[in-house]
Amino acid sequence: MQAAEGRPVLEARGIVKIFGQHTALGGVDFELKPGEVHALLGENGAGKSTLIKILTGAYQPDHGEMLLDGVPVSFRDPLQAQGHGIGTVYQEVNLLPNRSVAENLFLGRQPTRFGLIRRREIEARARRLLADYGLEIDVRADLSDYSVAVQQIVAIARAVELSGKVLVLDEPTASLDRNEVERLFDVVRKLKARGLGIVFITHFLGQVFELCDRVTILRNGRKIATQSLQGLSATDVVRMMLGKDVAFDHHPTGVADARRGAARVTFRNLGRKGSVAPVTLSVHEGEVVGVAGLLGSGRTEVARLMFGVDAADSGEILVDGTPVTIRNPAQAVAAGFGFCPEDRKIDGIFGELSVRENIIIALQAKLGWFRALNREDQVELAGRHAEALDIRAASPDMPVKLLSGGNQQKVILARWLAIDPSFLILDEPTRGIDVGAHAEIVRTINRLREDGLALFAISSELEEVVAYSNRVVVMRDREMVAELSGAAVAPDAIVQAIAETPAPEAQP
Amino acid sequence: MNRSLRPLFATATIFALAYVLAVIQFPTMFSTRVFGNFLTDNAFLGVAAVGMTFVILSGGIDLSVGAVIGFTTVLIAVLVMWAGLHPLVAFAIALAVAALFGAAMGAAIHYLRVPSFIVTLAGMFLARGAASVLSPDSIGIKHGFYTAVSKSYILMPGGGRLTVIGLIMLTVFAFGILLAHRTRFGSCVYALGGSETSAALMGVPVARTTVLIYTLSSTLAGLAGVVFSLYTSAGYSLSALGVELDAIAAVVIGGTLLTGGYGLVAGTFIGVMLQGLVQTYIVFDGTLSSWWTKIVIGGLLFMFILLQRLVFTAAPRRRKLAWKT
Repeated sequence: MQAAEGRPVLEARGIVKIFGQHTALGGVDFELKPGEVHALLGENGAGKSTLIKILTGAYQPDHGEMLLDGVPVSFRDPLQAQGHGIGTVYQEVNLLPNRSVAENLFLGRQPTRFGLIRRREIEARARRLLADYGLEIDVRADLSDYSVAVQQIVAIARAVELSGKVLVLDEPTASLDRNEVERLFDVVRKLKARGLGIVFITHFLGQVFELCDRVTILRNGRKIATQSLQGLSATDVVRMMLGKDVAFDHHPTGVADARRGAARVTFRNLGRKGSVAPVTLSVHEGEVVGVAGLLGSGRTEVARLMFGVDAADSGEILVDGTPVTIRNPAQAVAAGFGFCPEDRKIDGIFGELSVRENIIIALQAKLGWFRALNREDQVELAGRHAEALDIRAASPDMPVKLLSGGNQQKVILARWLAIDPSFLILDEPTRGIDVGAHAEIVRTINRLREDGLALFAISSELEEVVAYSNRVVVMRDREMVAELSGAAVAPDAIVQAIAETPAPEAQP
Repeated sequence: MNRSLRPLFATATIFALAYVLAVIQFPTMFSTRVFGNFLTDNAFLGVAAVGMTFVILSGGIDLSVGAVIGFTTVLIAVLVMWAGLHPLVAFAIALAVAALFGAAMGAAIHYLRVPSFIVTLAGMFLARGAASVLSPDSIGIKHGFYTAVSKSYILMPGGGRLTVIGLIMLTVFAFGILLAHRTRFGSCVYALGGSETSAALMGVPVARTTVLIYTLSSTLAGLAGVVFSLYTSAGYSLSALGVELDAIAAVVIGGTLLTGGYGLVAGTFIGVMLQGLVQTYIVFDGTLSSWWTKIVIGGLLFMFILLQRLVFTAAPRRRKLAWKT
């Protein structure tokens, strides 16, 4: 396992990409050699997917240049990048589920005779092609008849056939089982031996060490390092990924002094096959339980199970010692749960509605259709919470989409506080908001805790988790692997727990 | 069995059963005469339904079909009776106009990103309105060519007549089957219906395919208008009202998934024949109101949509595969 020598097949220099006021990539370099598997790592918002989209032609960079075999190139769209030799396979296979395997391999370049497609010829060629990838299947069957693993390999075969220089694998293993991952890795190794440059994106650190030669780590739109994986430990990699960028007030005393109240909610063996291994956890009054772990480690999935967004297939939930049934969010709300989801633009905020309407909507939903809140109550409620959380809006009737990210987040918080919850789940509460607002959200969380609320907070930023958590649970590979409390709640200890090398994929 | 074949298999079974039951009650229904009439009476519907099949396979809908048929019949009548053109010239002009009309709708759907439902709804009003402007009244067509066509047929064993328009429909179906299953254009249509994003990433020319699909549908609607004109020897702006809905019904009953991506042109043929069978049965019975056709078609349609839900939401059976080691 060593990086191939020689001239890079694909090179990106000083790539800058700005979306509105947000700099997604601030001058990133990337280099891929032929015959190497190059891991690209970074947390959400690190700029990983933006970089991939630029390399594969889905986005155009604002600054910087790209060289393919030493020649400057720019791509209008993925199709053109494909024509130049850069093929991409996405986690959600971008093929046609309704067509046969053979057709998926040859669409757009079917051999024809008198304008009619030569089906037998295509099928024979498809069979031969897939045999190279160790796959013997009925190529006439619909693609959707096969497992995701097979679909991935078909997608890889197509990409390699069409492109043949660079293969970008965007989280190909996310939904594969261990055996299928092995098969996929065999294929990748074969392609590497053929001299392809392969970019491999994943959340599974073990797989990075198992398969890749070099790694490039991005954080906050900047390249942190490009290094050979030899001589790197998992801890080094995690540290580079999570880093320490944001500094704000710590409240260590507040956290230490928090007296544990009674257990507000208890989850016993709560799990869902294929999503999260059973989790057992209690959250007490006046306590924040922080959740740390890399992206894709099952953090969000746990939150979704707790709130009934996904139905759990094992375990039970107790609220104040009494078992409750939570199979959908409405039942969760009835049990006094609140949930601020990860992507507030998609799942949280009704951008067109006013601040007031956004705040009262959960309460209204809880009350039901026939007990409409009158206007005065709405105004009073919205005003009270806006004040308590210091939401800065010119008027409560202003559409929420006009507010800043931090204020939007506070509106969602206010929405759940309006139902007077006993347990609040926060998934990445500080995602995409500026540093000042960041500190303020952390202060708000601390205040809610002091008011006796039980909170469950997920965050990629270790400093932040440490700043408000009494306890921290660590997720890895869709499993709760550690619970830290007291003095152990510190960034170093958390990094250690996250990186502790996963069992079977262990690397020397 | 391939999933897309299951609804078709169901349709074929129902058709066979229904036909057997009908023949048991009225043995004379089992004859080439009845079969010939099936083809002749449903020719315009069949021709239009082939175009509709392509549209639905691609995930769209074309509501303008009936109006285009109506418009074409009026245009042909006007060109033949008032302008004195030979019917064949009139047919060519009518087909060209229909093709342009479809291309414009396809372009609007793709470039303006308006749902096909809206664009073709507008197209329906436009075509129907234009037909009424040309002539609000029915125009009878008297021409030697029409008489000649109506008198020519192939005599089938048993005395059945395979008329010119019946033959046109069969030809269009054969053409449609080849186009859908054996050409790159056909692959692109299925690709669009499967996933437009994937199709674009795989190099399907989305713009060209979309424009061609609606051009094809309108051209075939124009051809259906020609057939209708030959069938009735008249042009009338209000003819073929609601034929687009009959065509959609035939396509869906024929096993094509309304959301696109799955289905066969041959299935549409059975869908059309099933509608014809119901009508013929009602004629034979003589006491039933012809509205029973609609009721039976409605019931069948509902049943097939349920069936498709079941087939396509059932967890896909994973195929066995051999990993070579």
